[in-house]
Amino acid sequence: MASMDGVRPYTELRDAVARRDRSLRSKTMSLADAADRVFDGESLGIGGSMMSRTPMAMLWQLMRARRKNLVCSRPIITSEGDLLLGSGMSRHVITSWFSQGIMWGVSKVMRHYVEKGLARYDEWSHLAIGMRWRAGAMGVPFMPTRTMLGSDVLTARGETHVMQCPFTGEQILLVPALNPNVAIIHVHRSDIYGNAQIDGLPFMDIDLAMAADRVILTTERIVSNDQIRRTPDQTKIPFFCVDAVVEVPYGSAPHECYGLYEPMMKHLQTFTDLVNDDPIEGMKAYLDRYVYGPASWMEFLELIGMDEVQEAVGRARDLQND
Amino acid sequence: MTKERDYTDNELLSVLSARELKDGQVVFAGIGIPLLAACLAQRSHCPGLTILFEGGVIGASIEPGKLPPSTNDQRGARRANMVLGSSEVLLLMQRGYVDVGFMGGAQVDQYGNLNSSVVNARDGRREIRLPGSGGGNDIASLSNLIVAIKHEKRRFVEQVDFITSPGWLRGGETRNDGGLTHGGTLRVITDLAVFGFDPKLKRMTVDALNPDISINDVRDQTGFDLIVVRDLPVTKPPTGAELRVLRELDPDRMLLS
Repeated sequence: MASMDGVRPYTELRDAVARRDRSLRSKTMSLADAADRVFDGESLGIGGSMMSRTPMAMLWQLMRARRKNLVCSRPIITSEGDLLLGSGMSRHVITSWFSQGIMWGVSKVMRHYVEKGLARYDEWSHLAIGMRWRAGAMGVPFMPTRTMLGSDVLTARGETHVMQCPFTGEQILLVPALNPNVAIIHVHRSDIYGNAQIDGLPFMDIDLAMAADRVILTTERIVSNDQIRRTPDQTKIPFFCVDAVVEVPYGSAPHECYGLYEPMMKHLQTFTDLVNDDPIEGMKAYLDRYVYGPASWMEFLELIGMDEVQEAVGRARDLQND
Repeated sequence: MTKERDYTDNELLSVLSARELKDGQVVFAGIGIPLLAACLAQRSHCPGLTILFEGGVIGASIEPGKLPPSTNDQRGARRANMVLGSSEVLLLMQRGYVDVGFMGGAQVDQYGNLNSSVVNARDGRREIRLPGSGGGNDIASLSNLIVAIKHEKRRFVEQVDFITSPGWLRGGETRNDGGLTHGGTLRVITDLAVFGFDPKLKRMTVDALNPDISINDVRDQTGFDLIVVRDLPVTKPPTGAELRVLRELDPDRMLLS
C-alpha cells in the first residue's frame, strides 16, 4: 500500500468506491471474519476519541489475527495505542495526543517505541486530524485551515503546505486529505445493512466513515431497519458506506460507550501498572493474558470481571439521573 | 513564605485562574486546572459562563464530584446545551466564537509559547517524548489564551524546546507574520505570580505577585529575564468561599492533586 504521507489520487479513491458492493444486503459477520477484511500494511482509521467509543473489540481481534504494519490514525490515542505498538500491529501512528489517559502521565510504551525510533508518531493538531479526514470525506485533496501555523507541530510535518490565499492574500495552511483504506468504528445501534446510530459525542467518526475505502462497524446491538426508521435523525452513517457489521456488546471495553458504560478504571489501572513498569515484558504479560489467551470477546469480558463491567454500567446510568 | 497557608499550590492556581474569567464569556477549556477553574468561575462570579470542550461539548455544567477524566468523554457532556463533532467545536474557535482559550502545558517561554510535545533531557543527549498537542495547538492558534502552569525553573524557560502551542513566537510581530492573525497568550497564571505580555515586545511581564511571594522568589524559578514594573500589586489570597466551591467540585482531588 502507498505511504500515507501523500494525498491519494482522486481516481483511485473513486474506483475504490465504485468497486464496492453498495447494495442493500446483510453485512453481519463475526469479529474474525471482519478482521479478515483488513490486510497487513494498510492504513486504518480508528473511530472514537481518547477513552470514548474506541473500537476495542475489533482492535483486539486484529491483534489476535497478528496484523502487521498498519498505519493508524485517530484524533486522540490512549491505551489502545500502547497495544498497537506493543503487539507489533502498527509502527506508525497519526494523531494529536498519545498517552494512556490524562491520569497516568506519559506512556512508557509510547516513549519506548518513539524515543528509540522503533515507531513513528506523526503529531498533528486535533483540528488538523479532523480537517484531514474531512478533506478525505469530501473527495478533495486538502483543507485550508488557520490552525498550526507558526508552530513546530507544523515545522515537523513536511506533508503540509502553506499558501497565500488567492482571494485575500493571507497565509493559510493546507492539510492533506487522509483517506484510510479501512475505518473501524464502534456504534450504539446498527441494522444488518449498516445504517448506524451513535448516541452522544460523534467525535470525527462521520468524516472517517466517508473518507475510508471500507468501513467495519462494531455495534452494541443490531436492531431492525424499522427501528432505525423510527429515528432517522439519529442515523449518523448510511448503510452504503458500510462493509461489515459485527454485534459486540461492550465492544469498547475497557473504554467507554456513551450512556451505556464508563471506562473500566480498575482494568485500565492494571494495564498501565503492567506496561509502565516494563513496556516489553509487562506488555507481553498483558497480551498473553487478555488478548491472545481468551477464546472469545465474552471470555475477555469475564477476565475484566462482571463486577467491574457492572460498576462501569452503574456509573454511566448514574450520570443520566437528575 | 512566612505564614501557614490553608490552601495548596493547585488550589491557588485554580482560584487565580478562575478570577481571570468574566461573566458571559465563552471559554474553551482544556483538562486539569483550566477545567476546574472554569467550573469554579461558573459556580461563583460567572454564572453565565459558557464552557466548551474539544470532545464536542457546548455549555458544560459540571457538577460537584462529577468531574470528567478528560475533555473527550461522556462525563463532560452531562447536562450540556449541545453535543457535536470535535471538528465542529474546534472550528467555532476558528470562526471567532470563543472569547478565551484556557490550558496548561509542560513548558512555557518568555513569549508565552507552550511545549507539550518533546523536551530535551538534562544530559542534553536525549529527547523525552510527551503526549503532544491534542487541541492545545488549536486553542493557542485560534483564541486569546490564558495559561495555568506550575512555576518551576525547568518549566519557565527562555525558549521552549518545541513550540507545540504558539504564543507570540519570537515576540514583536512574529505571531502575526507567521500567519496567526488573531489570538495570542494574554496571561500566564502560576502558583507564584500572574504574568502578562508587553504590548510591543510581546515578552512576559510580571503583573502581580501571589500572597507572600517576593519578586526574587519568582526570579529564582524563572529561566529568563522578566519585565518587572515597580510597586507590583499583590493578589488577594483565595477566599473561604472560593476554596469551598473548589473543594466541593473535586472532593476526591482528581484534578487538584
